[in-house]
Amino acid sequence: MREITLSQAVNEALAEEMRRDETVFIIGEDVAEAGTPFKILSGLVEEFGTERVVDTPIAEPGFMGLAVGAAMTGTRPVVDLMFGDFIYLIMDQLCNQAAKTHYMSGGKMSAPMVLRTNMGATRRSAAQHSQSLHALVAHIPGLKVAMPSSAYEAKGLLKTAIRDNNPVVIFEDKLMYQDKAPVPEEEFLIPFGEANIKREGSDITLIATSSMVQVCEAAAKILAKEGIEAEVIDPRTIVPLDEDTLIASAKKTSRVIVVDEGHQSYGITGEIAGRINEKAFYHLDAPVLRMGAMDVPIPFSPALEDITVPTPEGVAENARKLMSGEMIHAA
Amino acid sequence: MAKTKTNTEDYLRMYRQMVRIRSFEDNANQLYLSAKMPGLTHMYSGEEAVAVGICEALEVTDKITSTHRGHGHCVAKGANFKEMFCELLGKEEGYCRGKGGSMHIADQSNGNLGANAIVGGSMGIATGSAFTAKLLGKDDVTVCFFGDGATAQGLLYEVMNMAALWNLPVIYACENNGYSEYTKTEEIAAGSITARAEAFGIEAHQIDGQDVLAVNELTQKLVARARKGEGPFFMELMTYRYHGHHVGDINREYYRSKEEEKEWKENRDPIIKFRGWLIEQGIASEDEIETMNAEIRQDAAEAVAYAEAAPYPDEIEVDMHVFTDVKHALA
Repeated sequence: MREITLSQAVNEALAEEMRRDETVFIIGEDVAEAGTPFKILSGLVEEFGTERVVDTPIAEPGFMGLAVGAAMTGTRPVVDLMFGDFIYLIMDQLCNQAAKTHYMSGGKMSAPMVLRTNMGATRRSAAQHSQSLHALVAHIPGLKVAMPSSAYEAKGLLKTAIRDNNPVVIFEDKLMYQDKAPVPEEEFLIPFGEANIKREGSDITLIATSSMVQVCEAAAKILAKEGIEAEVIDPRTIVPLDEDTLIASAKKTSRVIVVDEGHQSYGITGEIAGRINEKAFYHLDAPVLRMGAMDVPIPFSPALEDITVPTPEGVAENARKLMSGEMIHAA
Repeated sequence: MAKTKTNTEDYLRMYRQMVRIRSFEDNANQLYLSAKMPGLTHMYSGEEAVAVGICEALEVTDKITSTHRGHGHCVAKGANFKEMFCELLGKEEGYCRGKGGSMHIADQSNGNLGANAIVGGSMGIATGSAFTAKLLGKDDVTVCFFGDGATAQGLLYEVMNMAALWNLPVIYACENNGYSEYTKTEEIAAGSITARAEAFGIEAHQIDGQDVLAVNELTQKLVARARKGEGPFFMELMTYRYHGHHVGDINREYYRSKEEEKEWKENRDPIIKFRGWLIEQGIASEDEIETMNAEIRQDAAEAVAYAEAAPYPDEIEVDMHVFTDVKHALA
């Protein structure tokens, strides 16, 4: 199968959906001729024109609010939010308006739109361009949240998101834009709420989102050499969450680590750990472990930044502890 | 008064709509005072000529966005008393199945995209609705209602900038009732409100919001021009709020005097003023007007009685309409 970058996968998904449905348009800062600072959208304005690839002023609440109204009245906006960190700027439009439109109107109105943004540290971008804020969004009823872990997922999930009749937020890891993965030439969609078992194993379950899937696959390789078989599961969407697949794996292996790049406290890792505790408690041989980003603003210095996010070695180390029973007492 | 519509029926409908709003509000206030209504509500009484003058210049397919003080817009855009009172009382037959209430009442069938409980929250939505019209080549116009208090929100300036850049068919209608919640507008608004729109190259008009014919005449002209792609436009409508910020704001002499209220109610009431004109012009007699008033009061009383007796939504509805494609979000 051919391999393309995550950036190309996003571009293809948008082009295909814009050809299929003329109500789909892209809106955001420097999305047209510039194709975004990451050059993800290059070529789209040439094909679809500035009416459908809309450059905006630097006014995130403004264009986000505009997109909500456009979605409510018959179009399917794909909002490009240059950095995930800017989500704080659009919180009212996303969480008070888009997320609640369908519910507050008793099901009469809806806001079918996609917010594409990014996440991920270790790009030396410091505290306001490095955050992974998906937990903030996943907390709000009415929003769906997708977290692609490779080019394949980036394409399939984005196409599904554009066709979804609800507001969907997609967090792409900005460090993965140039990573290649096999992506079929023919059209495909990835349904929401279906986890992907990336690697089967019987000893311990590693549940990982976005780039942490790669981290956990690397950890699984380290552990395999030591005779520990780790199962790696990528939920792909955290809202909706494929709880059944996660619970079944927890029951099978009896040990679980949840790895995610959002801050650990009050984050996705705690949420998933909580659900496993509630539904697989008697099958567990050890407490479910959370591994998120450190609860500190992301520092600039590489010496500091690199230690704030989970690494394969760190995941493997915690897996060993769980296997040896050490964590039972630590808990 | 300025004379615009030449059809007697149009004048009488305008009058009827203004009385319907007043009557709706009198009943809503009474429901609050008699503790029959859950929560609070914000009265539109005194501002009727604004909503009616504007909405009478719109087609059903034109859109409006409304505010927390939104009953007047809802009635003026064509809503029924029954579904409105049901919504205010949280009943299943309400426009939003009781899930929105007074501050989120919406009536999509008549182009009312909804009231909004965030001051200024719908400015993006209105601008987006106008964006849809332009993108899809429809000729509908969107009117964005908001108060003087909302002119302090940054979102307004972000979306006016975009609307002006892209010539969107949107009319920003600032209902200046002199008070930003419990504070005089002159204490929160520096400079001129219309000049702010003019700074973006948007044609702005300040107009007597108590004169329904003047409001209607101006709106008709602006709507026709907006349909031709000459938008956006800005209107500052000078009006007055008879009640407090909300129905519970009763002792308000610390921010405005009873004399001032009396002056507006007795000498600048939009209904009394228009009624006098109708009689003077021989369009309706005193008796005909009294008959109309009585019919409307009767309609409102019947709708209130209906809503009081109507059932609440079944508890099973609580997790419905969170997502468009999931019947029960928590099932």
